[in-house]
Amino acid sequence: MKPEESATTGADLLVKALIDEEVEVVFGYPGGAVLPIYDSIFKQNRLRHILVRHEQAAVHAAEGYARSTGKVGVVLVTSGPGATNAVTGLTDALMDSIPIVCLTGQVPTHLIGNDAFQEADTTGITRPCTKHNYLVKAVGDLARTVHEAFYVARSGRPGPIVIDLPKDVLMNKHDYEAPKKPVQHKSYRPQTKPDPKKIEQAVEMIARAKRPIFYAGGGIINSGPKASKLLTQFVHMTGYPITNTLMGLGAFPASDKQFLGMLGMHGTYEANLAMHGCDVMINIGARFDDRITGNLSKFSPGSKKIHVDIDPSSINKNVRVDLPIVGDATLVLEEMIKVWKAKQPKTDQKALKAWWAEIETWRARNCLAYKSEKGTIKPQYALERLYHHIKDKDHYITTEVGQHQMWAAQFLKFEQPNRWMTSGGLGTMGYGFPAAMGVQIAHPDALVIDVAGEASILMNIQELSTVAQYRLPVKIFILNNQYMGMVRQWQELLHGSRYSESYMESLPDFVKLAEAFGAKGLRCHEPEKLDDTIKEMIALKHPVVVDVIVDQKENCFPMIPSGAAHNDMLLGPDDKAQKPVSEEGMVLV
Amino acid sequence: MQELASSHTISVLVDNEPGILARVVGLFSGRGYNIESLTVAQTDAKANLSRITIVTSGTPMVIEQIKAQLDRLVPVHRVRDLTVEGPHIERELALVKVKGTGDKRVEALRLADVFRAKVIDAKTDSFVFEVTGNSDKVQTFVGLMETLGLVEIGRTGIVAMSRGAEQL
Repeated sequence: MKPEESATTGADLLVKALIDEEVEVVFGYPGGAVLPIYDSIFKQNRLRHILVRHEQAAVHAAEGYARSTGKVGVVLVTSGPGATNAVTGLTDALMDSIPIVCLTGQVPTHLIGNDAFQEADTTGITRPCTKHNYLVKAVGDLARTVHEAFYVARSGRPGPIVIDLPKDVLMNKHDYEAPKKPVQHKSYRPQTKPDPKKIEQAVEMIARAKRPIFYAGGGIINSGPKASKLLTQFVHMTGYPITNTLMGLGAFPASDKQFLGMLGMHGTYEANLAMHGCDVMINIGARFDDRITGNLSKFSPGSKKIHVDIDPSSINKNVRVDLPIVGDATLVLEEMIKVWKAKQPKTDQKALKAWWAEIETWRARNCLAYKSEKGTIKPQYALERLYHHIKDKDHYITTEVGQHQMWAAQFLKFEQPNRWMTSGGLGTMGYGFPAAMGVQIAHPDALVIDVAGEASILMNIQELSTVAQYRLPVKIFILNNQYMGMVRQWQELLHGSRYSESYMESLPDFVKLAEAFGAKGLRCHEPEKLDDTIKEMIALKHPVVVDVIVDQKENCFPMIPSGAAHNDMLLGPDDKAQKPVSEEGMVLV
Repeated sequence: MQELASSHTISVLVDNEPGILARVVGLFSGRGYNIESLTVAQTDAKANLSRITIVTSGTPMVIEQIKAQLDRLVPVHRVRDLTVEGPHIERELALVKVKGTGDKRVEALRLADVFRAKVIDAKTDSFVFEVTGNSDKVQTFVGLMETLGLVEIGRTGIVAMSRGAEQL
């Protein structure tokens, strides 16, 4: 038999490879260069394709899918504009360490470099915004490349991978090559097992602490649900306080007494002051991001720092640490618990009692308190009510970016990992709605809510068409203040309340907009009617857009102004103007 | 306390594949690191490996970052900081074109002899010298030629290797 007879086309090989990688869903948008792949998808029924309305949304949907399931999200877009539209999503996934495989079409190999129709240098453009990328030049390399891409995307610190596929490669024929397990990559071998000596040292440091704090981030979520269980177990064994980053919310149950809430720029007073005043900091799976540290030179000045990260380049990048441990959070926590159990260390109960007493005084400041006003819905109140109605339901939350995102992080409580999808690193407005679609695809029966602002939601509003097509009952909960609220807040704080271009005129009627797309629209002005609106939203088995008209002038507190330290927090609107923001702080974002 | 920047010579063993140099260079430009010198060529045809030698400068924290970031690239096999990992040797090759006649020409040739530079092209009014050595030596030679009719210089950048039997 000639090879042509037994062999399959590149496009069929690709679909086969995806199925072998246990892919169930692909988010994509067709175009000339990927038509052979769409033809292969048409001819089978194992792989489901979700047609989005913009390629950026395809990547965000895949991110939502990935983050809520722990699987790799898969995207399929065409060459040229298809690929360039995906760039924001890829960058978002890179910053937040989300495993994505993005298949991009490319003009046929003989046309590459010719400025052909819908040609873009996709590997060139996506090199800095992917964990790795490939241009497949021969059909013989295709299956192996796909398998390698999935391995690289999900192992180590996860991230997005692009595979650029010239059209002739998709049409040419070759034999299929199944994935080899276990994968032995020739150069990429992330270190997952921690050094046992360092675990011993860490346990010793942790046991001797007088003012300890655990600081856990998205690395716990990425490591899998087991890491959250182990973290919770270990934190309970020690009795120490813990704070989570924005990306780490849900890694430790929010209702637990040892939980101090989120830390960072809009984190709680108690979490930030505990970070500032601690003597031993145990960072697991967080990266000392600038939203967390505030002014680096004043960051937690008196502490010994342990940093557990799977990515060696995260260690000593911003903050010099005393004990770096490279490894996967699950394995590290397993080892720490084992050593802790074996040693049964005696912690300094007297010092810990004093530390907790101090923390309780900070907690007593009730930093998330806000002033209610009669007749106006405060955004915080809207979220409190939302949480009240969803807390006993199987729910997932996504957000856009801005004030509403921070309020959602503060006022919604996450008891489990993988329930909270937000754009942390890149801060991508327009992330939440498509991400919610991806979550809903993965969890068809769950309640999936995108907490949005009226500005962010417009950035990917076209996806209402997608949710209508697939009857995805995603709920969009808009906190509508008619401002780009976070921009306005910063203008108020730093630019003399000159609200340059941050007011949204000519906003659409969101109720009618929803209806135009075949979704249900609800609006609420009055605080008294909010509960009913939320109940109605939850009861509806359709996509719903809820336009909650909230206080226009409300700002997000507490806040560490840029350039300030953790102990320089603004607790509320009356707390400002003690110190003007420094010039150094002004240049920070 | 401000940490002082110092120069480091880093050897990187990579897959010889399209785009690998762009990955390395993009990492430096994207993160604001310096490249003082960069050389790259295939060194193992069978395993299809290239060796990149980078001279860069930065504070210890930055140098540590550069190494970790390089090591993170998928096609990178090994990263070694020759400056901190024991003694090493560095060499650079330069082609130096000098134009002139009479005394200057004689002096150029005499100095070339002192520096053990080879004449690899000669015309009645010009020479091209090939000089090899560490960067200081090459620089000194180029400096001397400036007064003797220097026309142009081509330098390879540094290649480096650890002393002793150890392999990268």
